[in-house]
Amino acid sequence: MRRHLPGLLLVAPALAIILFLFVVPLVGAFVGAFQTNAGFGFGNFIKTYQLYSRDIVFTVMIVALSAMLTAIFSVAIGGYLTLGSNRLAMEILRWLYRWPLFIPFIVVGQILRTFLAKNGLMNNIFVASGLISPLHTFGLLDWRGVVIAFVWKQVPFVTLLLAGAMASLDRGTIEAARNLGASRLRILLEIVLPQAAPTLMVGLTLSIVTMMSVLSVPLMIASQSPTVITVDMAFRINAYGDYGVANALGIVSLVLTGTVAWFYLRQTMRETGR
Amino acid sequence: MSLVATEADFRRSAFFDWRWLPRALGLGLLAFIIFGPLVNLLLWTVAERWYFPHALPLQYGFSYWGRVFAPRAEAMSSLFTSLSIGCLVVALSLLLAIPAGYALARLKLPFRSVILLALLLPNAFPNLPIYVNIARLFYQIGLNGTVLGVVLVHTTHGLVYAVWIATAAFSAIEPELEEAARSAGASAVRAFFDVMLPLAAPGLMASAIFVFLESLDEFTGTFFVGAPDVTTLPLLLYTAGAGGNYQIASITALILLIPSIAFMFVVERFLRADVLSKVGQ
Repeated sequence: MRRHLPGLLLVAPALAIILFLFVVPLVGAFVGAFQTNAGFGFGNFIKTYQLYSRDIVFTVMIVALSAMLTAIFSVAIGGYLTLGSNRLAMEILRWLYRWPLFIPFIVVGQILRTFLAKNGLMNNIFVASGLISPLHTFGLLDWRGVVIAFVWKQVPFVTLLLAGAMASLDRGTIEAARNLGASRLRILLEIVLPQAAPTLMVGLTLSIVTMMSVLSVPLMIASQSPTVITVDMAFRINAYGDYGVANALGIVSLVLTGTVAWFYLRQTMRETGR
Repeated sequence: MSLVATEADFRRSAFFDWRWLPRALGLGLLAFIIFGPLVNLLLWTVAERWYFPHALPLQYGFSYWGRVFAPRAEAMSSLFTSLSIGCLVVALSLLLAIPAGYALARLKLPFRSVILLALLLPNAFPNLPIYVNIARLFYQIGLNGTVLGVVLVHTTHGLVYAVWIATAAFSAIEPELEEAARSAGASAVRAFFDVMLPLAAPGLMASAIFVFLESLDEFTGTFFVGAPDVTTLPLLLYTAGAGGNYQIASITALILLIPSIAFMFVVERFLRADVLSKVGQ
């Protein structure tokens, strides 16, 4: 113990922050979820189920769809960056794809709200170029807007991780398959992707946690019903000061993410343990 | 391949290679998806009048910029609040991360990987239930609606970057350098300040920038803990946008965007590969 003491003392302040500003509020969320006016019980969960079961399903669908689309685009971009034949096209793509990575979510919410609206620049361009008539303009400011925002922001992040993993693969098998006449799509799906899959899963897990945490984007793009549970939580607090139902919704989001996060932690454990 | 060959490639492909058709279509579509919304933002910052069904603003001008940057404007006070909170968060994070990073990189520690993972916890779960209860807690002890409360929330969120990068920066330094300083008679404290700290400085700088940007862009925590007394730029953006004032919201968004994009171009200079490869280990 004595020889560990200096190290522990130096780490202690940082761990104290985690204890008081993460662990304590987390316990508070669990306690608060079961706390009702009539003492401890499942009242908040019953109310949550009655009021928000539709939004919970809606949240799961939005996040699942966004994660799926993120995976498809990331694999496509990462695959082209690894197996592409034209250096110039690859350079352009490499320069292009990472821009949204550094754009804050709150800014993503604002720019997509003005871009995707019924009278936004996207529709204006379609009308001006004669693709559609002004009568057929369509707004995407509902669940579709939220999915677009999530995918727009998360694809660069997942691609960055994935392209890194793909680039560090052994080129030998890829060249061998190419010499045997395998198409690039087949090489991507049957050789490259299986080896890079753990990295893809880690990237997607982190993205799912992010999507479950973001309040600004759904608040700005789709705050009307049905909406995601982050917006419901904020509404419960701001409109009613109802911490019970807000915490019950919080527990639902923690359980949903917890299953996914557990996988992520196991993966990191395995990697740091190496 | 040399640059000349690439250009020759390009010339040949651009005019004779039919494969550029799908490539150009794909890249063009991607560019539209990425830069379309960004161009829209820029247009809104200089649009005096813009309504449906006009594809472009009817009148351009900088009158909203004048309103945003007026000395007593709300935007200037939010900018000041955001910058002060960011600086305080960086100071507090480094104060916590430098000793912790040094210990994790150099000293004997039990459960080292558990400690590294514990720091990741705030980023591995949805933030909202946590912020709700921090707000409740802070309300009881009078920290709600104070700058200190917001600084604490931002620090918790950024701590994993701060400590992990600091640990990587200290790990990347050759142990012999510190040992040499010690055997030349320097005390442990002296060796740390004269040898370790200067060598780890670029990595620590990178972690400071990360933490600063995280704080600058943070919305959810500030929304629960700070609002309505502490108005940072993201909160101003949100209220301006909710009120339909897209010019003010877009100018605020641009102010938030510039440091982040600038960071994208310099990050590799601060985070050298030898440090980067040790992050999270």
